[in-house]
Amino acid sequence: MNNDKLIIGAHEFNSRFILGSGKYSMKLIEAAVKDAGAEIITLAVRRANTKESESILDYIPDGVTLLPNTSGARTAEEAVRIARLARELGCGNFVKIEIMRDSKYLLPDNQETVKATEILAKEGFVVMPYMYPDLNTARDLVNAGAASVMPLASPIGSNKGLATKEFIQILIDEIDLPIIVDAGIGRPSQACEAMEMGAAAIMANTALATAGDLPMMAASFKNAIEAGRQAYLAGLGRVLTRGASASDPLTGFLRD
Amino acid sequence: MENCFFVDSEYLSPKALEKKHRLETDKSSRTNHMEYMEGMEIIESDVRENVISQMNSYNPDKYTAKDVLAALEHTTCSIEDFKALLSPAAEPFLERMAERARLETSRHFGNTVYLFTPIYIANYCENYCVYCGFNCYNHISRMKLNMEQIEHEMKVISDSGMEEILILTGESRSQSNVEYIGEACKLARKYFRMVGLEIYPVNTEEYAYLHQCGADYVTVFQETYDSDKYEQLHLLGHKRIYPYRFDAQERALRGGMRGVAFSALLGLSDFRKDALASALHVYYLQRKYPHAEMSLSCPRLRPIINNDKINPNDVRESKLCQILCAYRIFLPFVGITVSSRESAEFRNGIVKIAATKVSAGVSTGVGDHESKYTGKNDNSVQGDEQFEIDDSRSLDKMYKDIADEGLQPVLNDYLYV
Repeated sequence: MNNDKLIIGAHEFNSRFILGSGKYSMKLIEAAVKDAGAEIITLAVRRANTKESESILDYIPDGVTLLPNTSGARTAEEAVRIARLARELGCGNFVKIEIMRDSKYLLPDNQETVKATEILAKEGFVVMPYMYPDLNTARDLVNAGAASVMPLASPIGSNKGLATKEFIQILIDEIDLPIIVDAGIGRPSQACEAMEMGAAAIMANTALATAGDLPMMAASFKNAIEAGRQAYLAGLGRVLTRGASASDPLTGFLRD
Repeated sequence: MENCFFVDSEYLSPKALEKKHRLETDKSSRTNHMEYMEGMEIIESDVRENVISQMNSYNPDKYTAKDVLAALEHTTCSIEDFKALLSPAAEPFLERMAERARLETSRHFGNTVYLFTPIYIANYCENYCVYCGFNCYNHISRMKLNMEQIEHEMKVISDSGMEEILILTGESRSQSNVEYIGEACKLARKYFRMVGLEIYPVNTEEYAYLHQCGADYVTVFQETYDSDKYEQLHLLGHKRIYPYRFDAQERALRGGMRGVAFSALLGLSDFRKDALASALHVYYLQRKYPHAEMSLSCPRLRPIINNDKINPNDVRESKLCQILCAYRIFLPFVGITVSSRESAEFRNGIVKIAATKVSAGVSTGVGDHESKYTGKNDNSVQGDEQFEIDDSRSLDKMYKDIADEGLQPVLNDYLYV
């Protein structure tokens, strides 16, 4: 397990839990780092755009990679501008692209996301696009230079779990980049399930932020993600869908 | 109820007084409030028709406890469910509504509470809206800040730590024209991260101009969606034109604004119907402009200068709470702003259930931030206030109180792109 690293761009991480940015607080960051072992923390640039920003940036512990996101962008052009601003603010080269043209469900706009990925990858960003799990778009993102693909599990903040499970599985099977499941993961069991499927990492925020005991929930996510990862690496056993398998092999008649 | 609004100032000339009385008593002396005035842009839109027909057919008394319980059971709140939640039948279920509302608020906004403050840069007004302290027949100290004064006020506010500002004027195009407001927006961009506007409604291209100047949110209150009542309360001026005001948010969005805010002034007419119409105004516009950010306010009538008889008696706190819970359950994604018209106790309580934004360090007067914030009084002229506020907490106090409640105060979550 020790050699099992999450590789994004040229960067290696031991942890497969990424803290999302939706509901931000110092307590949450602390729990995510200390109890969930997060090495990547998302930061909404729009939220960092405050006189308080110094304190937010100061609070990010050493060794933790900041992942600024472009939330608030409605087009590729706006996302590109926000990403460049993040770099100017000293947030590093990582960027998570979020482009939403829908204020109700906050569903990502795949087309604009591909456009922004292409521009930012050329500018040297490590681009991690948030997307609706669609295979064609995922391939376009690979060609555009993305460092990972981040499909949503269900609408953001909904805690509804793996509503798009079948489609995420297709991405895991077909795309060679790390597939990081983002948005909608409400329980550790759902995180575990996604990891068993072969997801490379889990991003969550609301599930922790709205938990009764934040540090305990953070620890629980850590354990669930590690368990799921181990199960994936171990290779899941047979799952019998109906009754027992035939006692006589079906191919027993073959003579050579 | 209308009579509690009429106040005759001793400073009015006999001629002005005569016109005022004629407007108040003789409907035929008033213009057609549904007819656009010259220069007012007309846009094609079915939103108004949809809202009005829903409101007119709404009978709050037809709903029963069963309807309310069903509404609370449903994962997605339909328009019918929302109507039930606003009805008298929902009153006994207020605590359950609050629980559901809190859940929705925390799902969509976590535990954050946004903070902002208004700045009134002028209080001249050309309208006669009988319930408003700024109305053109009310004898108050009028004032319009020049750019130097605006910048000074903004510095004082910015020094207090505030990052979001809402620029307000009285509704006078001649005294406070669009260019004047645009210049104020440019100044505001220097001192604040987020600039909103609450001014008289303008045309699409004027909204586009103000957006370029740095404003990104537009608040327009319809006051009441009941057209007949609207006619009886807005007797003179461009505000009298009901449909032009109704379409303001849509023009603002077409002009490129990121977000728009809505409200009725609860207590002017049947508050259940007005609450229904306010939320449906959001609902239908959101379907048409899904990228836009939307928010609802919930002002109740307050006493104004020269008239302390006005009271929001029929919209009691429990009713206001019911409305806000219903808003939250029906529109989980919208911002809900609760102004300093409400008490500190009410605001402390409602941010835990449904509200996502509160004002702090508020003055509704013109040019008096320095004296209010620092106690320094240089005897400069100040313009009178639009209405009395209840919660006078400073930004520091509000920030601390919110944090003490276990919530997270947020000064900015916005980027101008």
